[in-house]
Amino acid sequence: MNLKLNKKDFKPFLQTLMDEYDLFAPVQLTEGVSVYKKIDHPGEVDLSTANPQKPMKEVFFPQSETMFRYEKVGEQNQVVSTEEVKRERIILGARPCDIQAVSLMDEVFSGKEYTDVYYINKRNITTIIGMACGHPFSTCFCSSTGGGPFLRNGSDLFFIDLGESFLVEFLTGKGMTFQKNKFFGEASTEEINLAKALEEKALHKTDASVPVKGIEKRLDLMAESPFWDRVHEKCIGCRVCTYLCPTCHCFDIVDEALTNKGQRVRNWDSCLSSLYSLETSGHNPRPTNRERTRQRIMHKFNYFPKNFGRIACVGCGRCILYCPVHFDIRQAINWTSAKRLKLQRGEPLTNP
Amino acid sequence: MIQKKIREKAKELLEKKVVDLIVGFGEWTLPLRTTPIFIRTPEGADHLIWNSFCENNLATYLHKFSHFKVGVVVKGCDARSITALSLEKRFKPGQLYLIGVPCQRMVDRRRVKKAVKGEILRAGEQGDQIIVEGEDFKTALRREDFLYPSCQVCIHRTPRQANVLVGDPVEETPMVETHPEIKEFEKKSPEERWDFFEKESSRCIRCYACREVCPMCYCAECFVDSSNPKWIEKSLSPSDIEFYHIVRAYHQTGRCSGCGACERACPMEIRLTYLTQKLNQDVKELFSFETGIEAETPPPLSTYDIEDRQEFIK
Repeated sequence: MNLKLNKKDFKPFLQTLMDEYDLFAPVQLTEGVSVYKKIDHPGEVDLSTANPQKPMKEVFFPQSETMFRYEKVGEQNQVVSTEEVKRERIILGARPCDIQAVSLMDEVFSGKEYTDVYYINKRNITTIIGMACGHPFSTCFCSSTGGGPFLRNGSDLFFIDLGESFLVEFLTGKGMTFQKNKFFGEASTEEINLAKALEEKALHKTDASVPVKGIEKRLDLMAESPFWDRVHEKCIGCRVCTYLCPTCHCFDIVDEALTNKGQRVRNWDSCLSSLYSLETSGHNPRPTNRERTRQRIMHKFNYFPKNFGRIACVGCGRCILYCPVHFDIRQAINWTSAKRLKLQRGEPLTNP
Repeated sequence: MIQKKIREKAKELLEKKVVDLIVGFGEWTLPLRTTPIFIRTPEGADHLIWNSFCENNLATYLHKFSHFKVGVVVKGCDARSITALSLEKRFKPGQLYLIGVPCQRMVDRRRVKKAVKGEILRAGEQGDQIIVEGEDFKTALRREDFLYPSCQVCIHRTPRQANVLVGDPVEETPMVETHPEIKEFEKKSPEERWDFFEKESSRCIRCYACREVCPMCYCAECFVDSSNPKWIEKSLSPSDIEFYHIVRAYHQTGRCSGCGACERACPMEIRLTYLTQKLNQDVKELFSFETGIEAETPPPLSTYDIEDRQEFIK
């Protein structure tokens, strides 16, 4: 069933959600920079930018998360675990790419081999309201990575921006429970048709030509390829691409300790950091940028598919947009499929 | 034509084997941007380009090529970084060949993006205009209105220490006398300054892009990465973030060329140059020193002299 929500009712609608749930949505921190945050006032929600800099994963997997606290009281050691999040949550405004990415993280954090209580707790109590991507950027290539600007998978409800209103689709049992919200009204046939036309248009706009098909096999043969000598060259080893990546999920667990108390915290980690694989002895099996760049590409397009049967890239384009030196992962993927790279002769890697 | 001359020079250097490789700017996939490229063959030199979007400080890459003879395309600020690094003995004599470009000041891509509605798909330059095109628009913007703050205050646009200049030297005057943000910052009370700093740094995600793009940040182990002793925690707590930003800025005192690469690199658009430029300004006022201008003068905070001013000791 399709209903609609008039934009003039948007803020009161958000208020009805906030009365019962913790609402998370994109919030602008300064002009052009936004993140997903818990909403205190409906006016904070900003749906004007396609994708916030920081991806939705942060709601389930915060950049810094305290796992437990400990303290020595007299002769006793006390350990207090971080409390379970009880209040139900809603994420509003997430794009299909970020939602796809969370389904990849599910494989890791609530998979067969390992279940992560911190992640699963937040994941289980969250309803996702997806937002169709009517205006994909030129850097978007979700259509290449098995997604799409209107992909509904993973959303409980799905909003399509029609200009004056949103068309609302209810996709799961969880989503259906919202049907009785007083601000939803009947959608007309014209509105449903308009949504279909927008979907058609958006589909044509995202790049479906990035050759990810077969990349796992190609990379199998490339572990020691001179390709890596060139592809990493301009990378400066910052963590922008990995921290802003909706699928990157590596973390580092540290104790933040004072004299007699402390907390165990897990922070996002990045394979491009020199600390990432540094061993206690001082040895680093990934001593330079070359090995770290290889790790980034391999994890996304070779190891992850080997473990879970899907590539760990959703084509959101953040790593392309925000890289300080303009590394373009689409090019790296392209080069893996080039018939003959003129690497030995030392020519620069250029646009194919 | 600067671009043509860069290519010719690069080709010549590679043909005569004066250098093993050239670090320069190349075209890439996004409008309003270029990318650092590494050229090793004379034919490859044709990939080098020059325009108002050559915003990276290529001096950063020289740390990677310490075993090679490197030709590098430099703007005024990049050359100043290299001079400062040479004073810190980062290069062997004769290891570098600087292809100097008198700089026209670089265009602030983010401000351009914010000035138009819709995604920019193509961008180019025509005289003193930037032409941007999207799906349903084509707009001309006055180049002068969209320059980086660090470029607006830049005096030393002609790279003095270059081995060759591929254009005529440009005049040594800034567009504006003081960095616009420093002016605002100086007007504030200490509490307001702290609030501003706190608000800006609160967006930090600790990706360290500002550190990594900076040619002067080359410590084998940055204090934030040290685990023994541990100076700083790794989580997103405001005090740790603020500590990092303050130390980063102070470590640049008298070493920063004011290129602005740190601010451009930040994905969260945190303003950073008001701190480093303010420190530069102070060093200039107190010690009559500017980074990377004189090839023999070490930065004042790296030297000691019995005649040093001491009135701060109370």
